[in-house]
Amino acid sequence: MEWDWSFVVQILPTLIEGVKITIIATLLGSVFAAIIGLAIAIVRRSKNRLISMPVGFLAEFIRGTPLLVQLYFIFYVLPDLGITLSPLVAGVIGLGLHYGTYAAEVYRAGIDNVARGQWEAARACNLTTRQTWTQVILPQALPPMIPALANYFIAMFKETPLLSAITVLELMNQARSIANYNYRYIEPITLVGAFFLVISLVSVVGLRWLERRYGKID
Amino acid sequence: MPPSNAAPIIEIDGISKSFGAFKVLNDLSFSVKPREKLALIGPSGSGKTTILRILMTLEGIDSGTIRVDGDNLYQMERNGKLQPADESHLHRMREKIGMVFQLFNLFPHKCVLDNVTLAPMLTKGVSRRDAEKHAMELLDMVGLADKAKSMPSQLSGGQKQRVAIARALALKPKIMLFDEVTSALDPELVEEVLNVLWRLCRETDMTMLLVTHEMGFAHDFADRVLFFDRGRIVEDGKPDEIFRHPKQERTQAFLKKIIAAGHRV
Repeated sequence: MEWDWSFVVQILPTLIEGVKITIIATLLGSVFAAIIGLAIAIVRRSKNRLISMPVGFLAEFIRGTPLLVQLYFIFYVLPDLGITLSPLVAGVIGLGLHYGTYAAEVYRAGIDNVARGQWEAARACNLTTRQTWTQVILPQALPPMIPALANYFIAMFKETPLLSAITVLELMNQARSIANYNYRYIEPITLVGAFFLVISLVSVVGLRWLERRYGKID
Repeated sequence: MPPSNAAPIIEIDGISKSFGAFKVLNDLSFSVKPREKLALIGPSGSGKTTILRILMTLEGIDSGTIRVDGDNLYQMERNGKLQPADESHLHRMREKIGMVFQLFNLFPHKCVLDNVTLAPMLTKGVSRRDAEKHAMELLDMVGLADKAKSMPSQLSGGQKQRVAIARALALKPKIMLFDEVTSALDPELVEEVLNVLWRLCRETDMTMLLVTHEMGFAHDFADRVLFFDRGRIVEDGKPDEIFRHPKQERTQAFLKKIIAAGHRV
């Protein structure tokens, strides 16, 4: 087996298309997970157990089952119930839901870290529940948890090859179809690894910056 | 201004409160007149802080009733029946009451000025311009106008507490609750906070309830002193009566301990 640079040059544009999809899926999945996670964290704090219990159970269920199974369910089973999604949308929802349940735990810790006196001061100032969350609690809780959230989103990025199982043409899927068509695996698969490594390393540098910027309070 | 003889602004009638098996307040009753300056003293765990927290609706009660400014605090009438108060009732009631905490509880992510303007703008719809104008007057009154743009983390404890007082005043409450507001301060910072309380006491007609271990200040500040022990009022009287001629043994024992600990009475 010999490394063929001309083959590399030939397949690079296709792989870059895959990289784009991978990055789009990660970014959209991260935004979705960040929102879903916050919603889960807030709802689970509800004093009404009829609301907090089912959501808590659902979150544990999602966290306790493999992402691959969830992706199959969303893409291949939901159409039987009349919900048909494009591969990328199904993939983003799957990533967002799965990592949203992890993000919810980060939010929970961050929210618990806000001193009880802040809730009490908000009440003494006669703020509504909503104002208490948006003006007092979340502005204090969110910055310290940004590095932990970013960590999960880097992990999510490395899980995106799972989306190839539901026909999303992300990097891994593109590489595999090139490889299967040309009977050459070494270049496409090595390049996939290289792409992931470079983007991960860049992300980690970004993460360190976030930690310095937001990790400390005061 | 002397307390008025009008109907009480706070009427506490037979309230009890337990935390688990510990009964903090036991069938407690007392009332407070408008403009009255009331000092609540007593050993820790005697329930005096819990009363303030209940009035601020930070804790509920197990039984009894509380009327504030004529309205039932924890119950509301609906279809002719008394029902537990809902959030909008509590919201209306809280407009009458302000509280300053032992640990200041300033919003650390907002500058001093924003700490003071936040609640009036959000809860009363005051414009930013008016809220800031009023806030600057209050900060000037507590001697911190030059710190308006500082963050709370840049202030000393005494400065933080003075901002917290300005923040509570910004909502113009009829009743102010001060919960051991100097207990967390270094000794040399106590006086600057007491001076502000002193001015409020002299220059405003708010009703004020003060939980404190500063007996000398309580003596000068209060129209009336309540001595608490184990969730009950043991003695209720004018400052001179309580501090100079306590009738109850438990009051005498408590004051002796406090004096032994070096506090001025």
